[in-house]
Amino acid sequence: MREPAPWHVRRGWIAARLGLVALLVAPFVLTALDRGYLLPVMTRMLAYGLAAAALDFVLGYGGLVSFGHGAFLGTGAYVTGVLLHHAGQRTPVLRWPVEIGGSADALVAFPAAAITAGALAFLIGAVSLRTRGVHFIMITLAFAQMVYFLVLAIPEYGGTDGLMLPARNNLLDLPLDGDQPIYWLALALLVGFLLVARRVMEARFGLALRGARQNERRMLALGYPVYRIRLLAFTISGAAAGVAGAVLANQAAFVSPDLLSWQRSGELIMMVILGGQGTLFGPVLGAFALLLLEEELSAVTEHWMLVLGPILLLCVLFFRRGLWGQVSGAPAHG
Amino acid sequence: MDSLLLLEQTLNGLTLGVMLFLMAAGLTLIFGVMDVINLAHGSLYMLGAFAGATVTARTGSFALGVLAGVAASALIALLLELTLIRRLYARDHLDQVLVTYAVILIANESVKIVWGPQPIFLGTPEALAGSVEIIPGVPYPAYRLAIIGAGILAAAFLWWLIARTRLGMLIRAGTTHRAIVQALGVNIQVLFALVFAIGGALAGLAGMMAGPLLAVQVGMGEQILILTFVVVVVGGLGSVRGAMAGALLVGLVDTLSRAVLPTVLRGMMEPSAADQVAANLGAVAVYLLMALILAIRPQGLFPRHA
Repeated sequence: MREPAPWHVRRGWIAARLGLVALLVAPFVLTALDRGYLLPVMTRMLAYGLAAAALDFVLGYGGLVSFGHGAFLGTGAYVTGVLLHHAGQRTPVLRWPVEIGGSADALVAFPAAAITAGALAFLIGAVSLRTRGVHFIMITLAFAQMVYFLVLAIPEYGGTDGLMLPARNNLLDLPLDGDQPIYWLALALLVGFLLVARRVMEARFGLALRGARQNERRMLALGYPVYRIRLLAFTISGAAAGVAGAVLANQAAFVSPDLLSWQRSGELIMMVILGGQGTLFGPVLGAFALLLLEEELSAVTEHWMLVLGPILLLCVLFFRRGLWGQVSGAPAHG
Repeated sequence: MDSLLLLEQTLNGLTLGVMLFLMAAGLTLIFGVMDVINLAHGSLYMLGAFAGATVTARTGSFALGVLAGVAASALIALLLELTLIRRLYARDHLDQVLVTYAVILIANESVKIVWGPQPIFLGTPEALAGSVEIIPGVPYPAYRLAIIGAGILAAAFLWWLIARTRLGMLIRAGTTHRAIVQALGVNIQVLFALVFAIGGALAGLAGMMAGPLLAVQVGMGEQILILTFVVVVVGGLGSVRGAMAGALLVGLVDTLSRAVLPTVLRGMMEPSAADQVAANLGAVAVYLLMALILAIRPQGLFPRHA
C-alpha cells in the first residue's frame, strides 16, 4: 500500500486546484463585473508564469542559476513575430539554404518558437554548463546579451523600436482575436507544462537532475551522465520559455527587444524566488505577484522601482520560503 | 583599413581595456576574497560618474571631480557592505545576485530622481582637451592617452598594494585560506569592508574617467557590468592578472570589431543599414570570444589556484 502524501503536499495540491478553478472562472467573473479589460493583463501573467515555471525547472530543481532566460523568452516572441511579419508582407523568412515562408498559423508558430528557443538553449547550455556557480550566472547573462545584440542587428525587425505585428496567429483557421481565445490558449499551455513538468520531476530523469543538484560527485560515481541530463533540462526549459514568448507576442501584437534584455532575465529569477524555488507552482504565483505589484505600484508613483527594490530585497533576506511555502506550509527549501 | 586607423583604434581599444580593468579588478577582488558576486558594481561606477560630474560642474575642476567620484563610490560601497553585503557572506550566490539586483533597481531610480532621466554632460578637462601627435602627423586625443596612463598607474598601485603591503598579504591570504587568516586573529570583517571599499573606489574612478567619453546616464553601469563579466570569465574569476589580460583582450576585440565591420559591410549593403548592423554585430564579437575561450579553458585564461 502506498503511504499517504505528507500534509503539505496534499495542501499544495488543493491550493493548485483552487488556483486552477479561479483561473477557469476568471474570464466570466471579470466580464460580469465589467472588468474585461483586465483579461490581457492576466494573459501576460499566465505567459510569465509559464516562463518562470520553465526557469524553475533548471533553477529550482537543477540548481542552475540561469541569468539568461530572457533570451529564450524573447527568441520565442521574435520567431512568432517574424513569421507573422513575413506572412503579412508575403515575403519569405529565409531564401537560403532552404526557402521558408512566413506563417500566421499557431500550429506552425508555437512549435517553431519552442524549437528555435530550445536549440538556442542547447547551444548556450552546451558551453555554459561546462562551468559552475558564479561563472554559470555570468556566462548565461553574457550570452543573453549577445542574443540581444544579434536581434538588434537585423534592420528589418525594427531594431530598438521593436516589431509591430499585422495580426495574431490563427488556430485551426480561427483567428485568435479578442481577449478570451489567447487567454485560454495561455492557460492551456501553462497547465499542460505544469502537469508534464511535475511528472518529469518524479520520474528518473527529474530525480537524477535533483540528485545532481544535491551531490554531483555521487551522481557521477553512480554513472549518471550529469552534463547531458543538465543540458537536456536546460533545453526543455528554454523551449518552454520560448512558448511563453510566443504567447506574449500574440497578446501584445508587438515584439519588443526589451523581452531579450537582462532586466527580463532578472525579473524571471525574482518571480521564481518570490514564489518559492523548486515547486513549479510557486514561480507561477510569483509571476502573478510580481506583475500585480508592478502594475499597482506604477499606477501610484512613477518611481515605483524605488518601492519594488526594497520589497524584493526584504523578501530575499527574510522571506525565504516564498509565497508557495506560505500557501502549502511546506518546510523551507535547501 | 590602413595602418594609421588601426593604430588609432588599437589605442581606443586600450582606453576601453583600462576602464574594464578597473571594473574587473574590483569585481574579481571582491569575489576572490569574500566569495561574493556583486551585480551592483555597475551602480558604483554610475554613482561615481554622477557624483564626479556634479562636483566638476560646481567647482570647475576636473581633478576635484575625480576625487569626489572616487570618494563617493568608495563611501557608498562601504555603506553597502556594512548594511547589506555583510549579511550575504553566508548565503549562496543566488541570494547575492538577487539582493544586489534589487540594489541596482534602487540605485537607478534614485539617480533618476536626483539627476533626472536625461544624460548629464561632462566635458573633457581643459588641460587635456587637445590632441597629441603620437607619431609625427598623427594626432590622438590627449584625454584618451591620459586615461591609458591613469589606468597603468592604477594597475601599478594595485600591484604594489597586493604584492608589497601587509593589507595585500592579508587579501592574498584571505583568497586562498580564509579560515586560517581568521584563526590567526585578523579582523576579517574590517578586511572585507576595506576590500569592498577599494573595489568601489576603482569602479568610481572608471566611471569618472568614462564620463567625458560616454554619456553619464542611468543604465551606464549595467552596460559596462556585463562587459566586465565577460572580462572576468575570460580572464579567470578571482585573479587580478586574469582581469588585466581579459580586460585588454575584450577592450581590443570590442573596439576593433566595431571599427572593422562597418567598412566590410558597406561593400555589401547600403551605408545607413550597414552601420546599424555593424554596431550590433560588432558588439557580438566579444561574446563569441568568450564562448571560444570557455570551450577551450572553462576556468578562464588565469584560473585561481584553489
